[in-house]
Amino acid sequence: MAILSNAVEIADAGTFSVGLGAMVLIKTITLSSAAANISFVDGASSVVLDNTYASYKFVFSNMHPATNNVYWSVNFSIDGGTNYNVAKTSTNFSAAHSESDGSPSVGYEDAFDLANGTGVQWLVSGGGIGNLADESLSGTLDLFNPSSTTFVKHFISNCQWYHGGNNSYNTYCAGYGNTTSAINAVQFTMHSGNIETGTIKLYGMSK
Amino acid sequence: MGLISNGTTLLDAGAIDSGVATGAMTLIKTLTASSSANLSFVNGASSVVLDSTYKEYVFKFINIHPANDDVFFQFNGSDDASSHSYDIIKTTTNFSAEHNEGNSVAQLGYVAGDDIAQATGYQRLFNGVGNDNDSSLIGTLHLFDPSNTTFVKHFMARVGGHRHSSATLDTYIAGYFNTTAAITALNFQMSGGNIDAGTIKMYGIK
Repeated sequence: MAILSNAVEIADAGTFSVGLGAMVLIKTITLSSAAANISFVDGASSVVLDNTYASYKFVFSNMHPATNNVYWSVNFSIDGGTNYNVAKTSTNFSAAHSESDGSPSVGYEDAFDLANGTGVQWLVSGGGIGNLADESLSGTLDLFNPSSTTFVKHFISNCQWYHGGNNSYNTYCAGYGNTTSAINAVQFTMHSGNIETGTIKLYGMSK
Repeated sequence: MGLISNGTTLLDAGAIDSGVATGAMTLIKTLTASSSANLSFVNGASSVVLDSTYKEYVFKFINIHPANDDVFFQFNGSDDASSHSYDIIKTTTNFSAEHNEGNSVAQLGYVAGDDIAQATGYQRLFNGVGNDNDSSLIGTLHLFDPSNTTFVKHFMARVGGHRHSSATLDTYIAGYFNTTAAITALNFQMSGGNIDAGTIKMYGIK
């Protein structure tokens, strides 16, 4: 039976009929101890990463590495997390500025892009994130229509981070997973050593 | 008493049931300028929340229009509990794309004069906004985990607008407040004169 208020249908058939917001928090993972990776696998641990939403957003909050000068990285899976090895072609550019006011710059980082490579995509550049007590990375990654079986899978990332050499870095990375198979798992790592602390939130953006 | 539809609980105990997917982006505060010297968002004042309630805060700038011509739109943070001073040390980056209406300027590059290296002054978010009737700027600022007392406080912004020189300017600003104290307030202003008009909306992302 529908629930009406002032002739407006509020709910029916077990769901609200009115909009409750288009950005839905799906999953929060906060490390309680150092870990080699953080993975989001469709259908596991309440994670949804399928055709339920038009796009997905990952928000990184204070990702802190165990090892100094390492690269925050992502890879994708088409087999539910058994293998993270989707071929990717990507771009990467950064702005950098040191605390001593030296060498401010913006430029393309050709060592940090991929040309149909299956390895991890570095979401930073330069010398990597520092591991001193107050050093970390925050940022976002948007993954568009991962369940499409027609198109490649586009992603866009923007990360702000504290370089181990006391620089502020702002990195823009974007590209596509060069597959028409559905992406159903995403994994984040440091390229060396553990992720010591940090929080990643996964949101779904309504169709 | 719960409100149940088709066997599914929708409302209970005065709130939407936890099993119902709800929006993660909450509008906290809207400030509209009217010949205002600045616009401030202070935790605990005027219904503003800027603490550990949310891990991320988003500020949207909508048609910010200066009283004076060719001024900077800029911001700063405070870590004070009251009587706020906006003077947090920051290290930042700033780069822009610009294209003018005459098609004689089309460029992308780092803007060394608009970044900060361990200084406490205001961070420029837009260089040279015009005060013609139809000039304004728009944009978004993300502030991550402001109440954290372990790490520096990262922020990222993208601001676009109509320059005084009849050009479009698309600016990318990012950096960190180099403090482990909690950020408790943000202040937005023009480098000279008032904010004549415009709206800033503040959201919390759960």
